Amino acid sequence: MSAPTVAMRDAFGEALLALAPDFPAMVVLDADVSTSTRTAAFGKRHPNRFFNVGVAEANMVDIAAGMATCGLRPVVSTFALFLTLKGADQVRNIVCYNKLPVILAGHYAGLSDSYDGASHQSILDIAIMRAMPNLTVVVPADGIELLQALTAALRHDGPTYIRICRNPTPVLFAGESPLEIGKIRKLNDGNDLTIAVCGVPTSMAIEAADRLAQRGVSVDLLEVSTIKPIDAESLVLSARKTGRVLTVEEHTIHGGLGSAIAEVLSQRAPARMGMIGIEDKFTESGAYDALLRKYGICVERIESEALRLLTPER
Amino acid sequence: MLQRLAQEFRITVLDILHEKGTGHWGGAASAAELFVALYFDVMNIRPEEPKWPDRDRLVVSKGHASCMLYTVLAHRGYFPIEELKSFRQIDSRLQGHPCMLKTPGVEMSTGALGHGASVALGMALAARLLGKNYWTYVLLGDGDLNEGQTWEAIMAAAKFKTERLVALIDYNKVQLDGPSDQIMPMDPLPEKLRAFNWNVAPVVYDGHNAVAVLESFDWVRNQRQWPVAVIYRTHKGRGVSFMEDNAHWHGAPIDDETYAKARQELLQTLETLS
Repeated sequence: MSAPTVAMRDAFGEALLALAPDFPAMVVLDADVSTSTRTAAFGKRHPNRFFNVGVAEANMVDIAAGMATCGLRPVVSTFALFLTLKGADQVRNIVCYNKLPVILAGHYAGLSDSYDGASHQSILDIAIMRAMPNLTVVVPADGIELLQALTAALRHDGPTYIRICRNPTPVLFAGESPLEIGKIRKLNDGNDLTIAVCGVPTSMAIEAADRLAQRGVSVDLLEVSTIKPIDAESLVLSARKTGRVLTVEEHTIHGGLGSAIAEVLSQRAPARMGMIGIEDKFTESGAYDALLRKYGICVERIESEALRLLTPER
Repeated sequence: MLQRLAQEFRITVLDILHEKGTGHWGGAASAAELFVALYFDVMNIRPEEPKWPDRDRLVVSKGHASCMLYTVLAHRGYFPIEELKSFRQIDSRLQGHPCMLKTPGVEMSTGALGHGASVALGMALAARLLGKNYWTYVLLGDGDLNEGQTWEAIMAAAKFKTERLVALIDYNKVQLDGPSDQIMPMDPLPEKLRAFNWNVAPVVYDGHNAVAVLESFDWVRNQRQWPVAVIYRTHKGRGVSFMEDNAHWHGAPIDDETYAKARQELLQTLETLS
């Protein structure tokens, strides 16, 4: 039996339309990828609230910042790689420095722009965005969390980065309690090992935890949707209980979720840690599933890394 | 009166930069008349209510002119003149480059070049959506014009035909490393802007003649084709003969001997303005 799937970008496009009446100050900006990011439908319905600035990410971020100083609530939307690299100076020096309520929607994140190859694959956006003071960084795990993250960001008096996958992924949280910014969602209570995951690999971690349970390993499974500000208390509590922490992310292990958690635990609750993510290398073209697997983001790897962490240290 | 005020502010800025041993003289002196005209004549503002939603806005994209901006804001009543002494010092509201969260009257934090035109475009587009009639001005320097982002904004502002958006170009033609004609030539600037579908003032105004500067704003007010750009021929370090058009005085600390000579020259000119 396979769970129903929804692409986060489709959920994003629908969320913009759904939220438009409740947030009249919301405007949407895109950089010539509105059919890809699904902002085009918003543009069609609300042409006066939609601004396609062409392929000019830096300009787009600063236009949004200027609008935000006047009371508008801009949502800036383009591919995560270009937003966080070509717009990095603008995000830091204008949006974050001035605490402006701009929402940065980073699409096609991780390896999800799979066939386009390394030039388009955004595997360092979390590292860059997380280094920005005043910025909230959210990585939803499904379309439902994406809508909730966007809604929370529109109510937040400051900037938010939201990481968005291109492809259909399992719907995980229908009917569950909503995503809370800054709070870890506990998916399973266990004692032997902590698995902390964000984004698309969440469904893999759930399956790995089931497999581990069958082997008699009880996993404390944490979904860390807010990378910043990170829920340090929940992490410390879990690490003190299990003493072993495995992190899983669709991102380089240099500066992402694993690093964020290591920063907390190394100072407050040192634990034996493992990190699953992309090594310090460029990725390549291919089918999404095949890419994730090749670069080590899959159920089997989570399971084997968990078992490795559980073997006594030599 | 505005001409005299600009010269007085040059002296204030020179005093501060000398005393603190840090800051940018060249670009500050270059924009004195423009700042004074905007804050003491042109702009519809309420210094006692800096965040008044209907105010006109100035984005100082050439943020290194901060000391002149602060001097003008203080004398216009945004904060105590006394506070100018804290320029660039620890715990001060007057950062090396403008910070909108710290200094009343600063519309946007700038310093890294290339941001101002985009931000101003956003403000002008917001006015359209919010049904407001305020004007948005952006002060651009030579360095700003080097930045690719400025041209992204220039393209986009023309696409959106952004009303009441005015680019003021402090065209002193000297940048940090030397004359712009050697570092990165911008000429023919008016033709470039026209080619990007901007409505450019038919004459290049003398940016150090307060009467000419006010005339330029008379021209601006009568325009209906958007966006609008005005180019002012200015001189970096204006007011001190041996500092004018000299890239060294972009941001070099001012020693005692230089300071004494420069101040005397500024004072002599001031006496001729009554």
